[in-house]
Amino acid sequence: MSEKQEIIFQVKDLQTWFPITKGMFKKVVGHVKAIDGVSLEVYKGETLGIVGESGCGKSTLGKTMMMLERATGGSVMFNYGGEFKDITKFNSKEMFDFRQKVQMVFQDPYSALNPQKKIYTSFEEPLKVHGMKSESEREERMRQVLKMVNIQPDYLMRYPHEFSGGQRQRLCIARALEVMPEVLICDEPVSALDVSIQAQVLNLMKDIQKELNLTYLFIAHDLSVVQYMSDRIVVMYLGKIVEIADSHALYDEPLHPYTRALLSAIPVPDIHNTKKRQVLQGEVPSPIHKPTGCAFHNRCPNCMEICKTVDPAMVHHGAEGHQVACHLYGKDKT
Amino acid sequence: MDSKEIILDVKNLNTTFISDRKEVKIVKNVSFQLKRGHALAVVGESGCGKSVTMNSIMRFLGRNAVIKADSVQYNALHDGKVTEYHLEQIEKSHGPEMRALRGPEMSMVFQDPMSSLNPVYKVGDQVAEGLLQHNKGMTKQQAKEKVLEMFKKLGIPDPEERINSYPHQFSGGMKQRVVIAIAMICNPELIICDEPTTALDVTIQAQIMELLKEMQVQDGKSIILITHNMGLVAEMADEVCVMYMGRVVEFGSLADVFDSPSHPYTRALLRSVPVLGLADGQKLETIPGATPNPADLKGGCEFAGRCEECTGACRERDIPMFEISPGHRVRCLKFKECQEVQ
Amino acid sequence: MSETATVSIKEQNKSAASSLMKKNLRKFLRNKLAVLGLVVILVILVACVAGALLGVDYSTPNPPIMRQAPSGEHIFGTDTIGRDLFARVLFGGCYSIFIGVFCAVLSSVLGAVLGAIAGYFGKWADMIIVRISEIFQAFPQLVLVMMLVAILKERSINNMLFVFVITGWMTTFRMVRNEFMSLKNETYVKVCEAFGMSRSNVMFKQILPNVMTPIIVSTTTNVAYFILQEASLSFIGLGVSDSTPTWGNILNAAKSIDVVQNQWWLWVFPGLAISLFVLAINFFGDGLRDVLDAKQQ
Repeated sequence: MSEKQEIIFQVKDLQTWFPITKGMFKKVVGHVKAIDGVSLEVYKGETLGIVGESGCGKSTLGKTMMMLERATGGSVMFNYGGEFKDITKFNSKEMFDFRQKVQMVFQDPYSALNPQKKIYTSFEEPLKVHGMKSESEREERMRQVLKMVNIQPDYLMRYPHEFSGGQRQRLCIARALEVMPEVLICDEPVSALDVSIQAQVLNLMKDIQKELNLTYLFIAHDLSVVQYMSDRIVVMYLGKIVEIADSHALYDEPLHPYTRALLSAIPVPDIHNTKKRQVLQGEVPSPIHKPTGCAFHNRCPNCMEICKTVDPAMVHHGAEGHQVACHLYGKDKT
Repeated sequence: MDSKEIILDVKNLNTTFISDRKEVKIVKNVSFQLKRGHALAVVGESGCGKSVTMNSIMRFLGRNAVIKADSVQYNALHDGKVTEYHLEQIEKSHGPEMRALRGPEMSMVFQDPMSSLNPVYKVGDQVAEGLLQHNKGMTKQQAKEKVLEMFKKLGIPDPEERINSYPHQFSGGMKQRVVIAIAMICNPELIICDEPTTALDVTIQAQIMELLKEMQVQDGKSIILITHNMGLVAEMADEVCVMYMGRVVEFGSLADVFDSPSHPYTRALLRSVPVLGLADGQKLETIPGATPNPADLKGGCEFAGRCEECTGACRERDIPMFEISPGHRVRCLKFKECQEVQ
Repeated sequence: MSETATVSIKEQNKSAASSLMKKNLRKFLRNKLAVLGLVVILVILVACVAGALLGVDYSTPNPPIMRQAPSGEHIFGTDTIGRDLFARVLFGGCYSIFIGVFCAVLSSVLGAVLGAIAGYFGKWADMIIVRISEIFQAFPQLVLVMMLVAILKERSINNMLFVFVITGWMTTFRMVRNEFMSLKNETYVKVCEAFGMSRSNVMFKQILPNVMTPIIVSTTTNVAYFILQEASLSFIGLGVSDSTPTWGNILNAAKSIDVVQNQWWLWVFPGLAISLFVLAINFFGDGLRDVLDAKQQ
């Protein structure tokens, strides 16, 4: 991570709030602050892992970064061959072109393929929409992507229910690759799969990344999966980033108390592991009524007075590129 | 071993589902023993029959399931006296005999806490229900006190208030605590937990697992933990039972299974899961292929189609269990020199 | 590579589709009640259309032979002014079935389109359309028909069609709206949005096929419902004008207690025609649901 890498995504102070409405005239009575001031950079060709518990906003972040959810504040700059454009301000034409640059793989492969349509149709439609007129050209592309995920082209004639979960997820990956994207946002791509299938899909994704020089945004709740896949990891808690680090640095030297708790909570399949488990008390607060100050203070074992009132800013600490939002590390200059 | 030490002894349990006049064997010749006060982990992927096995023992299955077993023996221990129950001889799955066992003797915690609770009743009443059902003559006030006690024990904050709340006012982890409270309220000896934390976050999972461990160690409860997470097994279990396509493929103590995994499936399962701190460029091992459809299986080893060490003999006949060291049993022909056991 | 391979892909495509059709057909044929329903529907339909095409005389009054019981010459007997009842039931069938099918199809289309818009877009569009549907639902059909008769000063088949369509779309609407509301959160819809497909494409090409089964089934049962509605409106004299025979209109002749007691054929045969047809449609609709329901496949 030492040499200067090209940035492909630059997210600044991103906010995605969902209004809570009440009554017949849908009066807005509050907001769910799913993403509340997130800034990060994604480098070309890397895998950036995003990890956190349910409700921390990691999925929303992925969706906002490809404008499937509308951002309510901040900016998402995307690198168009050296020139950065803010995708949150795109008109529909620009957005349509952007859809070829960034694609998404979703969590549930069982509902990601239209059950009423043959795989062939599901594969054909995106290409048609994106202006690939000739059928032979389309089939050429389909063959190409299917080869990458090791699925025979004649399987295309079947309906989704004839495939197993692992096959479906591979089909979904292939379909996302059809439009030749530069970035693939993967939202929990293996959490709905059986454990023996997960490794197949994960290895496949790594191979494809190498082959196509893709950039991955890998979103998952399972830190061990994220760590296996990623170069850098972003840890989120309640709509905010609490720590960004190189994936090994995060494992060797976690800074934020939440990251440490998360690491320690993962059960290790090793009976000689003597690591003492640190169990976090309490639950994640609701994103509607966030605690004041640091969102984590009510569960934090290292909570100080300042944590209850002042929201910590991101600071650099330790190794290069290691950032943390915690008052424990406030003395270093940013 | 006598019946004081063994709480549950299952021999040759078979469960067949009948659908569209076709019979599909889901559980095949499953045998295991659970020692009193121990935790047994049943590991396997979805569709391996681990839940069906437990539901067969508890007799929670519908009419289209046919359960056959040589013996399903439950030994209750009260005041030093052992009562043997032969569950396979009980005819009606919802008759009085079975109902008397569920709750005071054995109970179950299900995977999804969101759908395990009835949304229209207060949680306190839902927990008290089992108590009132099994203790004729207990007053509501007495039941409520017991529930409060249980809530306190399970670490539910403000029990006096929470007892009158409805399920939707609880978070996922708290709901699962309530579900465990329901299972525990009649003070059963055996608790079967069917993927109790799969629907929960890791930090909450750690809380719930700690709670279960506490019940086992402090109260001497026997626990069967159904899971697919090898990490939880390593932390929780004393014995491990690995299942694949309806069969027990490996059974042994925690050390047996983790230090010398002997069935190719167990080994693959242990190595295909990413663990923290893997070196760069280190690849996960994969199990080729997908889990077969149980209706399409022919004779022979169920894992043969995905096994790297498969030989012709594997497909010829059903593989028996071999005891490779005391208490460590493996269903694989690699060990055919060892003694065949049930 | 691509030329020959392309052909093979498309060819296989066809064979797969036909096998699904065959499978569905087999499934349908196994449902005896549904097949019986279909046979009854076809027999009645063919008889009615054939009768109409052959131009049997249903309208010329023939007072000398009025109120004759069924006989070899007039197998259903004759009505109060001597018209052949069999011819009238056949002709009436054409009108009744036409009213039923026309209204069911049109109201389903209307309901489906509005339901798709309300369910997919939600928010204001949903609120407005739902309110409109509630207004229509609160409005008794009977009063609406009376209003139209009063305004237009005539009773005609067009009135009937209009009233049935605008008061009949709500059930389909609500069903389609609910389906859309849940289906729009399905991942495959998100996938299509991620590919930048247009909203109409997503609505009608992606989601709608998944709602077709309940729409088709409800349309068939609606045919039965509208035939019954027509019969009851015509029976009380608010339906189609007297000169046009419909099953309900024919029954209208049997309003007097004298006819009910003494000339049973005047109400038994049209009544039988209605019941038989409606029952057959309901059987058929049930069978169709079993076949088309993807969850059972």
